[in-house]
Amino acid sequence: MPSRIIQRSRLMFRSTAVRLSALYILLFAICAAFLVFYVTALSEKTLVQQTRQTIQEEVEDIQRAYNRGGVNLLLRIMERRARQPGANLYVIAGPNGELLAGNVASVQPGVLDRQGWTDMPFVYEPYAEVGGPRKHLAIANVLQFENGLRVMVGRDLGDPSRFRYIVRQALMVALAIMGLGALIIWFGIGRNALKRIDRMSAASQKIMAGDLSQRLPVGRSGDEFDRLSSSLNAMLGRIEKLNEGLRQVSDNIAHDLKTPLTRLRNKAADALGEDREEVRKAALEGIIGESDQLIRTFNALLMISRVEAGSIAAEMSSVDLSAVSADSAELYEPVAEEAGISLVTEIEPGIAVNGNRELIGQAIFNLLDNAIKYAGEGSDRPVIKVKLFSAAGEVRLAVSDNGPGVPADKRGEVTKRFFRLDASRSKPGTGLGLSLVEAVMELHGGRLELSATDEANSETPGLTVTMVFPVVKA
Amino acid sequence: MQTLIQASTQAPAQAMSPQSTASSDSDGAKVSGDAIVPHMKILVIEDDLEAAAYMTKAFREVGIIVDHASDGESGLFMASENSYDVMVIDRMLPRRDGISVISELRKRGVNTPVLILSALGQVDDRVAGLRAGGDDYLPKPYAFSELLARVEVLGRRKGTPEQDMVYRVGDLELDRLSHEVKRAGKDVLLQPREFRLLEYLMKNAGQVVTRTMLLENVWDYHFDPQTNVIDVHVSRLRSKIEKDFDKPLLKTIRGAGYMIKDEG
Repeated sequence: MPSRIIQRSRLMFRSTAVRLSALYILLFAICAAFLVFYVTALSEKTLVQQTRQTIQEEVEDIQRAYNRGGVNLLLRIMERRARQPGANLYVIAGPNGELLAGNVASVQPGVLDRQGWTDMPFVYEPYAEVGGPRKHLAIANVLQFENGLRVMVGRDLGDPSRFRYIVRQALMVALAIMGLGALIIWFGIGRNALKRIDRMSAASQKIMAGDLSQRLPVGRSGDEFDRLSSSLNAMLGRIEKLNEGLRQVSDNIAHDLKTPLTRLRNKAADALGEDREEVRKAALEGIIGESDQLIRTFNALLMISRVEAGSIAAEMSSVDLSAVSADSAELYEPVAEEAGISLVTEIEPGIAVNGNRELIGQAIFNLLDNAIKYAGEGSDRPVIKVKLFSAAGEVRLAVSDNGPGVPADKRGEVTKRFFRLDASRSKPGTGLGLSLVEAVMELHGGRLELSATDEANSETPGLTVTMVFPVVKA
Repeated sequence: MQTLIQASTQAPAQAMSPQSTASSDSDGAKVSGDAIVPHMKILVIEDDLEAAAYMTKAFREVGIIVDHASDGESGLFMASENSYDVMVIDRMLPRRDGISVISELRKRGVNTPVLILSALGQVDDRVAGLRAGGDDYLPKPYAFSELLARVEVLGRRKGTPEQDMVYRVGDLELDRLSHEVKRAGKDVLLQPREFRLLEYLMKNAGQVVTRTMLLENVWDYHFDPQTNVIDVHVSRLRSKIEKDFDKPLLKTIRGAGYMIKDEG
C-alpha cells in the first residue's frame, strides 16, 4: 500500500503542473518570509521609537514638576500616574540605589546608575508578579537630581515570545495563502493548458498507431497551443497526402509489374517444355529481354523517387540550356528522320539555367522519345519542334508534336507514374517518362505545362510539353 | 531497343545481367573472345558473394585473371601488395567504404584504373566516385557485357596511343588534328558528331564499345539511352565509311555494342 502511494506521488511529480506549483510555492515562501521579517523589524523599530517619545514627554513633565514643587509634587504626580491603567513604570530610588517608591518590585542591577536612556532593554519585576515565571523587558530613562535622588520612567516592551508568535502567525497565514495560490496555478495550468498537451499526445498516439486521418485538437483562443496544433495538423496533412501518393504508387507498381512478370513466367514455362533447341533459345532470349525491360522500369522508378526526394540537388550548376537543347535535337534528329518525322528547332542562343545537366538532358530525351512515338499519327507530315526561349522572367523549353495529343481532362494524369492513355498502351514504354520530367522540373523549382499544339485541329491537335524554368541567368 | 543477348556469327557473345544467376550456371558468359587483352589481371572488391562469383566466373571464361576481396580492408591490402591492370570496386563495402579505398590507394600512389560499381543513384554518386579518383562508373544493375567492355577499355588505356595524331584501322585513317577521314585514300565527309563517334571507336579499336559508353564519351551524358538513338547514329556513320567498300570494319556485337576492327 505505501509503495503504491510512493508510486503515485512519483507519477504525480512527473507532471509538469505539480513541478511548476512546487516551484512557485518555494519561491513565494521565500519572498513571504523575507517580507514578514522586514515588516516585523520595521514595526518593532517604530514601536520602540513611539515608546521612547512617550517616556521622554513624561520625563520632561517630571522635571518641570520637580522644578516647580520639589520632591513633594514629584511624588504626588508619580503616584497618580502609576495608578492609572496601563501605566508606565515609575521608580524613585535613593542615592544608593534603594527603591523608595514606584510600581516596580525590582530592576536589573546597574540600570539606575546611569543617567539618560538605557542602552538595551533590561529585566524588571512588577509588584503584581514577584517571583513569577515571566521575565519582563523594558526600556527606561533615568533622571538624577542633585540630592542623589533618582527617578526612572520606563515602559514594558511586552512579551518577546508573544512577538515571535505574531511573526509566526503571519508567516502561517502567508503560506496558507500561497498554498491556495499554488493550487489555483495547478488548476489553471495543469487542468487546462497541460491537459491540452495531454490531449495532443493522445491524438499523436492514435496517429502513430496508423490513423493518419486523425488531427490534433485546435481550440478557439488561437494561443501558442492552438498555433502549434495547427502547424502540426498542416504537417500531418502533407504527410497524409505523400503517404496516399506512396500507397497509390505501390499499388500501381504492383499492378504494372505483375503483367510483365506473368509474361516472364509464361515464357520460362514455355522454354522448359520446349524440346527444339532453336525455339527454346528464342524463348530464353525473350526472357532476358523481358527481364531487362523490368530492370529499366525499376531504374526509372528509382531515379524518379531520388529526384523527388531532392537528394540529387547537390550537383547543381549553371547549365547552358541552349547547348543541351541543340545537342538533344541533334541526337534525336536521325531517329526522327528514320521514322519519317522532320525535327525542327528554334533555339534562342545563350540561355543558361541553374540545374543539373544530366537530369535536364534526360528529361529532354524523354520528351523527344515521346514525341517521336506519337508525332504524325493520323497526319501526313509529322513534325516535331523544339523551341527554347525566355519570356517574362521564365525560360521555356517546348517540345511539340502534331500527333493525336492528350485530351484536356487527361493532361493532369499523364505525369502520374504508370499512367498511359488507352490508345498508347500498345506502344512500347514504361509509362514513367513524363513522371521523371515532372520530378526533374520540380527539383529545379520549375513546372511542366501540357497543352495542345494546334487547338483548332480537332483530328490531330498534337501535344506541346513545356519545361518552364523559373530564373533567367544572363 | 537494346537487346542484351546472344551470339552473332562474327563474335560469339553471350552476355546477361548478373542477376540471372540461373543461366550463369548453365553456359556462362562468352563475350567477344577476340577482344581480350592477353593475361589481363584484375581485382574485384565486392561483398555480394553471389555477384562476385558470377563475375569471377564470367571474367575467367574470357581469359581474365581475377582476384577477389569481399571487404574494403582486405581489398585495400591486396591492391597495395599486388599489381593489377584494373580494379572493380563496389561502392558500398563492409569495413571500409569503396570511395575510401580508392582515395587511400591514390594517396599511396597506386594508379591502377578503377571502375566503381554502385547500387546508389547515378548522377550525384558518379561525380563523388570520380572525384575520389575512380576512372569509370557503372550503376547496378548492369549487363556483364557492359562491365567487360569497360574493364577492357580501362585495362588497355595504358597502351592506348593517346598521343597518336592519326588513328588507323585497316585502310581507314582518321587525322585528329585536321579532322580528316580517309578510306583507301578517298576522303570521307563526316559531321562533327560523326567524327567524334568514329574517333572514339578507333581509339578503342579491337574492343567492344557499348552504347552507354558512346553516349558518355561522345555526347557526355551518363545514363542508359534506353532507345535506339545511338544505333541510328552508328548506322549513319557505317553507311558513310563502308558504303563504297567491300570490307566491313564497323561491327555490331549483338548484346554488347560495337567494335571497329580490321579483320584482314
